Amino acid sequence: MSARTAIVNARIVDPASGFDGHGAILIEGGAIADIGPRLFNDAKPAGAEIIDAQGHVVAPALVDMRVFTGEPGAEHRETLKSAGDAAAAGGVTSIVVMPNTDPVIDDAALVEFIKRRADTTAKVHVHPAAALTRGLKGEQMSEIGLLKEAGAIAFTDGDRTIASSLIMRRCLAYAANFDALILAHVEDPALAAAGHMNEGAFAARMGLGGIPPTAEAIAVERDLHLLALTNARYHLAQISCAASLDAVARARQRGLKLTCAVSAHHLTLNEQDVGEYKTFAKVSPPLRGESDRVAMVEGVRQGTIDAIVSSHDPQAPETKRLPFAQAAYGAIGLETLLPAALTLHHEARMPLIDVLRCLTIGPANILRLPCGRLAKGAPADVVLFDLGAPRKIDPADFHSHTKNSPFVGRLMQGRVLRTLVGGKTVYAS
Amino acid sequence: MTGLFARQHLLAIAPLSRQEIESLLDLADTYVALNTQVQKKRDTLRGRTLINLFFEPSTRTQSSFELAGKRLGADVMNMSVTQSSVRKGETLIDTATTLNAMRPDIIVIRHQDSGAVALLADKVSCSVVNAGDGAHEHPTQALLDALTIRRRMKRIEGLTVAICGDVLHSRVARSNVHLLNKLGARVRLIAPRTLLPAGAETWGAEVFTDMREGLKGSDIVMMLRLQMERMAGSFLPSTREYFHFYGLDKTKLALAKPGALVMHPGPMNRGVEIDSAIADDAERSLIHEQVEMGVASRMAVLDALSRQLPNDPERRS
Repeated sequence: MSARTAIVNARIVDPASGFDGHGAILIEGGAIADIGPRLFNDAKPAGAEIIDAQGHVVAPALVDMRVFTGEPGAEHRETLKSAGDAAAAGGVTSIVVMPNTDPVIDDAALVEFIKRRADTTAKVHVHPAAALTRGLKGEQMSEIGLLKEAGAIAFTDGDRTIASSLIMRRCLAYAANFDALILAHVEDPALAAAGHMNEGAFAARMGLGGIPPTAEAIAVERDLHLLALTNARYHLAQISCAASLDAVARARQRGLKLTCAVSAHHLTLNEQDVGEYKTFAKVSPPLRGESDRVAMVEGVRQGTIDAIVSSHDPQAPETKRLPFAQAAYGAIGLETLLPAALTLHHEARMPLIDVLRCLTIGPANILRLPCGRLAKGAPADVVLFDLGAPRKIDPADFHSHTKNSPFVGRLMQGRVLRTLVGGKTVYAS
Repeated sequence: MTGLFARQHLLAIAPLSRQEIESLLDLADTYVALNTQVQKKRDTLRGRTLINLFFEPSTRTQSSFELAGKRLGADVMNMSVTQSSVRKGETLIDTATTLNAMRPDIIVIRHQDSGAVALLADKVSCSVVNAGDGAHEHPTQALLDALTIRRRMKRIEGLTVAICGDVLHSRVARSNVHLLNKLGARVRLIAPRTLLPAGAETWGAEVFTDMREGLKGSDIVMMLRLQMERMAGSFLPSTREYFHFYGLDKTKLALAKPGALVMHPGPMNRGVEIDSAIADDAERSLIHEQVEMGVASRMAVLDALSRQLPNDPERRS
């Protein structure tokens, strides 16, 4: 591997700078050394490895703020290595891993463990999120200061909402003390307790208990009022309905600072995709009705939503081959994040650069990472993809240990050709 | 000498003037000298009855008041809640009127509820001293702290005093902020946000959540006791984390002014809010002096209040 790499003949799309046009990139020592439309017009770079993009898209590699793995404790579901392989294949080079493992990541030594394991086994950058409360129990806050010093990038109870408003308030206040980022899952636990999918006529006909969008909206509103008291760094890990989006917009009008994300599943699927009790479509929050899905797409288009996440959650057959009500929540998504998000471009006719913004600089800024942009000096984390290539989602292609994707068999466009981390190719198709 | 302090009760620092506070400190100075002599007994309060009424357990404050009363010649009775009929369902005000009927001259009261001492003071004809009410005030602690600082530094005006720790629940912090402001010190409050009261920045103190920043340039570092029961309520994650970020150790103290002095109202949680090496450092720590000044300050308060009692001149002659 030469120290210098040049990507030439590319359609460069960099949402951070707003550039979308023909050009080339020079990579040196793991960072972007030069970039521009006229770079290498006069001469090819001497002694550099040349990657001919053949006119395909070159963009900052994707940043995924919400990934569950099984390491430690459930390595049969996913290890940091297999998650890294899946990420690289999906054009994702920075992932935030959730603390919902066994043991729960609620101690500085465990944050260090994740970092060390990821450094030696995973192809991509792995940023551990630590538990916001000990054991994810929602009762006592974790050692946010010490965990942050150990390298926790954010604090979250993963797929759980802190039921007590008092504890949540204290967590927000204490996190603000350390300028620590909180990733909040928002679902009123009591309202959601009896449900398994989105509440509505469809769930009723299926005989399944419903989770109303209101359960999410109440949790969002509560948190936003607590946020006004505490001024914490607050991010809604995943929203799924128009009411939440509306709450976010109103809070911003009041001057609150916050960010929010939506999963690729909630942009592309709705409750009908549960079909005949398909447990791969059982996710949390549940897939919503079509009007909520459309609202999420519009949220991305209008810039209310800052990031798109995979919400990658590998579940083994023993937790999915069950009656719908008993099956675990979760769907994998690292390898389908890009093509799923690109449906916003191909079908909803959103400019490519706006879609990519939510996958790159959007999340990178929330996390305060230097990646997610194609600028001189930025890390050379880059993805090269064929924007229009048609493909049928085939579980045999997945690098994840488990295959629980609701997109299996679906036709999509967009294929990752090459993924680079620090200038080094970690995936090529 | 205490011509300026002419009140029936000492309930709080907030209403006192600078002159009132200074006259009490001047009087306390004279008792510091007395307390070093073999013959410590005066008959200032001879014939007077002092009741220590403690609804909250306390060793330090109660014994300090007891000793102060005895050295001034008063008869001292200690009542703690476990022995009183409050446990049998008597209301707070019933207790006060019952005690008042026994014709004490001064009642020293500690209560876990803010405002409870003032409520009792309204119902009795004798003098009342607040020995700490809830998270409201602890005026004699602020007086003894000021006396300690003044004797060591020769002044209070212009000093920078950093008060660190559980400000939210601390009556010591509230009384000290009032007193130090009145005497011209620059006061800082340092605490994690979960232990900072809403609106603390309006107290006339500079507020810091980063202890290292708050300690820079401080002359006095006043540590507050961390109530261990606060841990369960999730104000804080752990004592380990608290000590790491808010415990006073040599590294953090080095950020204060060279030779900065350390105070603590006691009892200390070693290894939680203060490192033993600091607490036991005779050069830097004023903790034992604070206890000594406590007796003198309380003698001054009892003396000053007794001069306002109705039958004062006849009784003393």
